[in-house]
Amino acid sequence: MTATALGMPQVRHGVGNIFEHEPFPEYAKRELKNEQLRANLGFATHKIRTKRDAVTSELPDWQDLRTAGSMIKQQVMANLDTYLEEFERNFTAKGGHVHWARDAHEANEIALKLIQAEGVTEVNKIKSMATAETGLNEYLEEFGIHAIETDLAEEIVQLGDNDRPSHILVPAIHRNRTEIRDIFRRKIEGVNPNLSDDPAELAEASRFRLREKFLTNKVAISGVNFGIADTGTMTIVESEGNGRMCLTLPDTLITFMGVEKLLPTVQDLEVFTQLLPRSSTGERMNPYTSMWTGVTPGDGPQNLHVILMDNGRTAVLADQVGRQALNCIRCSACMNVCPVYERAGGHAYGSTYPGPIGAILSPQLGGIENEHNATLPFASSLCGACYDACPVKINIPDVLVHLRGKAVDAEKAQGEFAGGKKDPHYQMDAIMFGAKKLFSSGKLMGLATKGLPVSKLVTGKKHKISKLPGLVGGWTDYRDIPEPPSTSFRNQWKKERGAAPKRVGGSRVDVAALMEANKTKVAEAHAKAEAANPIIKEAQ
Amino acid sequence: MRVALFSTCIVDAMYPKVAAATVSVLERLGHEVVFPQGQTCCSQMHVNSGYFDDAYPVVKTHVKAFSEWDFDVAVAPSGSCVASLGHQQPMIAERAGDTATATAAADLAARTFELSQFLIDICGITDAAEQLGSYFPEKVTFHASCHGMRLLRLGTRQEDLVRTVGGLEYTQIEDQDQCCGFGGTFSFKNADTSGAMVADKVQHIEETGASVCTGGDVSCLMNIGGALSRKESPVQTVHFAEILASTKENPLKVSGPVSVTAGGK
Repeated sequence: MTATALGMPQVRHGVGNIFEHEPFPEYAKRELKNEQLRANLGFATHKIRTKRDAVTSELPDWQDLRTAGSMIKQQVMANLDTYLEEFERNFTAKGGHVHWARDAHEANEIALKLIQAEGVTEVNKIKSMATAETGLNEYLEEFGIHAIETDLAEEIVQLGDNDRPSHILVPAIHRNRTEIRDIFRRKIEGVNPNLSDDPAELAEASRFRLREKFLTNKVAISGVNFGIADTGTMTIVESEGNGRMCLTLPDTLITFMGVEKLLPTVQDLEVFTQLLPRSSTGERMNPYTSMWTGVTPGDGPQNLHVILMDNGRTAVLADQVGRQALNCIRCSACMNVCPVYERAGGHAYGSTYPGPIGAILSPQLGGIENEHNATLPFASSLCGACYDACPVKINIPDVLVHLRGKAVDAEKAQGEFAGGKKDPHYQMDAIMFGAKKLFSSGKLMGLATKGLPVSKLVTGKKHKISKLPGLVGGWTDYRDIPEPPSTSFRNQWKKERGAAPKRVGGSRVDVAALMEANKTKVAEAHAKAEAANPIIKEAQ
Repeated sequence: MRVALFSTCIVDAMYPKVAAATVSVLERLGHEVVFPQGQTCCSQMHVNSGYFDDAYPVVKTHVKAFSEWDFDVAVAPSGSCVASLGHQQPMIAERAGDTATATAAADLAARTFELSQFLIDICGITDAAEQLGSYFPEKVTFHASCHGMRLLRLGTRQEDLVRTVGGLEYTQIEDQDQCCGFGGTFSFKNADTSGAMVADKVQHIEETGASVCTGGDVSCLMNIGGALSRKESPVQTVHFAEILASTKENPLKVSGPVSVTAGGK
């Protein structure tokens, strides 16, 4: 291996639920037909969006907090090796056991052995993205161990047959109250057969079932929001209190932790405990913040484990542009503002990680060349709403474009297209090649646009184009194209005004000085607009 | 000032009337407008589609075309294409190992302005009716294009100029900051999702009762207009430069095929 010989770390992609299983456009097309999903997503994302806007705009230092969050995470990623070893030392010194897992499969195996050592067949779980990534529940099931999800929405998903989460914060966002009532009536033993769809009654039914699990199961499994390097402290923020139950009641606690989850010091939490709840649920503060540092004799779990998992994260770290995806704190703000997510829904992304962050994380964790991960970076109109919403300033649009470049390179490296000339990739290549030739010369543009009148033959009497063939037919499935003009601007201009000299010499106007002189004009224009045409906001 | 018009490829080939309207507004303010004939495209279509190698000659063409001319500033009737210059062109040239073009691209981008930026921040225009003679007696709503809003941080500049046009009645669209679903090649590569996005946008536009939807990027307006046309809606889309160019003496006609004629000088 040349790479090893040169001392270069080999890129090792992860396994597990980090793949898109079919091309995103096809998956999305099916999901778009699900009216229930569309309605729920539209309602929920708009509601969370409004709440998030309110609690982030009320903080005068919100932008500074975002910058601080971004910089702390960058520092962690730049020194990840040091922080990981520091964390391991401190976690171990305080009575915990550290396990290292190269990928999802190893992480699952470690967890299984630890559970089997306790001789139990049922474990409680706190909602965790890391274990969803590794597919832990299904893995344990193969060995006769039932993992009980204790987060209400995760419980709904788990009890719903063949269902899976569609949102990282509100995993059952695709379900409505009636569906939840039906699932509970069917799946919860001893539940009131006349259970209504009233949220309080539904929550009570869940509480009734879970309380017994909390009090009897001896092993719990969690993820983690933040691990503190200099103390070995773990932190989980949550809303329902089920996490607190799982973290304090069992004898054995096994925590799955992606290697990127570290913060250098406890003080750094002051930034993240502000950023996370406000970005996530749109709350000023989450109801429960649990922190635990090692084993305290006679209080809480006495058998404490953490599984530090790579699963492709070092591959992400190796990409200078893409590595910022590791800064993600799983708040889900990006999906709540994403117009693509809002319509296609979380399942369309295949992976555990949906939405804009999923579109940059899955292809990097699992490899862009694997399964249909290469279609994920294209599942965006590049509107940029995700970047503005991200509490740690991950420039998702830039990473999407960067990964599009990698996707095209990977596809070109493959050579032949499976679908021949009808293959969408072949058509895309042809379009891009033609456009490159055309856009490489103004003269050629002038000549080509002389052909514009010919297009009138296509548009006909309706003065529009309503059907195009092949890949670009996607445009005319939903929209017309106007009749092109009889001449391009450049040809008209050349005819009328072609004589202007290119060089006139003299000094340039000082634009910066003009802008300084006019710096009040933006506010002035806005005030005049308000006076001329006030916008009447109707009560919502 | 000597202003170099960066028409953008889509305006040049599909909406020459928008370039003509831009020229009309600029000349009304006494500026000399030149059009570097070598220009083609900002390269954004290639970059955003992941075709970085193919984008490089397009970037070089743009930089070369403008460097052949003396001018004070370049102006374009597009937020998206202007944003692409500074945001993407240097990256593409750097990637090709062409540092000279990267530097020249960044310099050119620094003196290229979106039309509303130029009018307000450089020319000090705050009232279109009074200072530009703009007159357009229609009920108008406005779509805020993403790249102008989030990459150039145009704020309400375009919208404010429209709202001060004489005779114009303004109405604001629900979810104004939501993408229309265009997204370049996204519009046909992810046609169904894009179609769902523009369907919602069109619904919100129709809810306002406006006869015209305006905006600062013809690409978005072509998307919105195409969807309106498909459902045979009477609502028309026009670029805000056309509304600014429209005067009492030479009013903008909004219906009918696109052509080079615009409102009067």
